[in-house]
Amino acid sequence: MRSFVPNYHLETPRDLTEALTRMAKEPGTWRPFAGGTDLMVLLEAGKLQQRKFLSVSRLVELQGISVSPERVSLGAMTTYSEVRRNEVLAREFPLLCRAAEETGSIATQNRGTLGGNIANASPAADSPPALLVYGTELELVSATGTRRVPFHGFWLGYKKLALREDELIAGIHLPRSRQDWKHFYRKVGTRRAQAISKVCFAGAALIDAGRIADVRIALGSVAPIVLRATETEALLRGENLSAELIRAAQTTLAREIAPIDDMRSTARYRLRVAQNLLGEFCESLAA
Amino acid sequence: MPEPSRKVHVQCELNGKLVVFDAYPMERLLDVLREQAGLTGTKEGCGEGECGACAIEMDGLLVNSCLLPVLQTEGARIRTIEGLADAAQLNAVQQAFLAHGGAQCGICTPGMILAVVNLLARNPQPSEDEIREGLAGNLCRCTGYTKIFVSVVEAWRSMRRSA
Repeated sequence: MRSFVPNYHLETPRDLTEALTRMAKEPGTWRPFAGGTDLMVLLEAGKLQQRKFLSVSRLVELQGISVSPERVSLGAMTTYSEVRRNEVLAREFPLLCRAAEETGSIATQNRGTLGGNIANASPAADSPPALLVYGTELELVSATGTRRVPFHGFWLGYKKLALREDELIAGIHLPRSRQDWKHFYRKVGTRRAQAISKVCFAGAALIDAGRIADVRIALGSVAPIVLRATETEALLRGENLSAELIRAAQTTLAREIAPIDDMRSTARYRLRVAQNLLGEFCESLAA
Repeated sequence: MPEPSRKVHVQCELNGKLVVFDAYPMERLLDVLREQAGLTGTKEGCGEGECGACAIEMDGLLVNSCLLPVLQTEGARIRTIEGLADAAQLNAVQQAFLAHGGAQCGICTPGMILAVVNLLARNPQPSEDEIREGLAGNLCRCTGYTKIFVSVVEAWRSMRRSA
C-alpha cells in the first residue's frame, strides 16, 4: 500500500557542510536522498522505513567528473547519463559505461546516481560489478573529516555498508591504468531494457603473449552482495588459456558464489549462466 | 508516530509559466501535476519507474514524475504533454502519432511522446536501434510498437522537411 506522504520529511541543505552537520547532530535520523529511483519505489510500496531525508542530488560538492594522471574521480551524484557521455570513461572504463547503459531506461539514467547505487547496496545493482573490477575507492565524508576506503569490502552483507550514520559517500575514484586491459560486461535479464539482472558479469584481464598476466572478475545477483570472484581470479592469474583452465575456473566460481531462488530466477539457472559467462569472458580473451 | 512534515512552497517553471506549488516535500510530482496544476495528461501506469507513462521533461532531461519528489523540482523547468502544442497546431510528433496510428488506448501516449520529443532533441535522425533504446522505458500494451516506431520516423522526416 502507498505511504502517507506527510509522514516523510525531505529538506534541501544549502551545502554539503550543512548536510553533514545535521547528520552529525542527530545520527541515523537524517539520511541522504539522491535521485530517488530506488527510494521512491519503496515509498510507493509503503516500505520506506526511514522518515527523514536530506536531498543531496544537487549539492555541487558531490557533482562532476574530474580527471588527473592517476585517477578519474566522480562526484557521488554523477548520474548514469553523465557516465555514458564522458569520453575518458568510455575509453578507459568501458565496463562502467556499459553498466550505465544497461541500467533502467533513459529516464532512470537521468536521475539515478552512482553514489545512490552504492548506498542502496542491491546485490542486483548494475554498476558495482564494474566498479569492483576497476579497483574503485570511495571517498566518505562526515562533519569530522574525510576518509578513503576500497569499494571492495565496503558492502559487508545484504544491504549492510561499512558507513557510519554520520557519513555519506562523496566521491568515487577510479585508478587509471596505462596498460591495455581487455574488458567484458554482460547483464542477463528477462528483457534487454529496464529488467533487473538475473546475473551480471564484469571482467577485465591483461593478456601477455597468450598468458593471463592479471585478471579481475565481479558478479551481481549471485550472492547477498555484488562480489569479486577472487579465488577464480587467483586460479586464472599467470596461466595460459586452455579449455581445461576454463573448466577449472568454472568449478572454482561455483564454490565462490551463492545464488538463490527468487522472483527473478533460480539458483540453478544463475549458477549455470554465471559459469557460461565466465567461459565467454575467457574465450573473449583469446580473440 | 513521528511528527508530520509541513507543506512547503515549491517554485518552478511549468510549460513556460512560473508556478508555485503548496505541497508536502515528498509528494510525487506526478500527483502535484494532476491534482494541483490540473494537468491530467501525465498518466500513472506502474508508479515505480518501469513504464514511462508519467514521463516528463525536467531541465531538458526525460524523467519519470512518479519517482520525483516535488521538492526536487525547485527552480526547475518542467515540460509536460500539455506544453508541446502551441495554440494553433500540434507538435510534429503528436501529428505523426495521430496520422500513423501511434496511439490506441492513449495511456502510454503522453509519456511516449515526451520520450520521442526528448530523443529527437538529442538525436534528430535516430536509427531504428536508437529509437528502440530511446523508448525502451515506455511500455505500450496496445500497438505492438511497430506503429509507434513508424510514427517516430515520420515525425523526424516531417521535422526535417519543415526545417
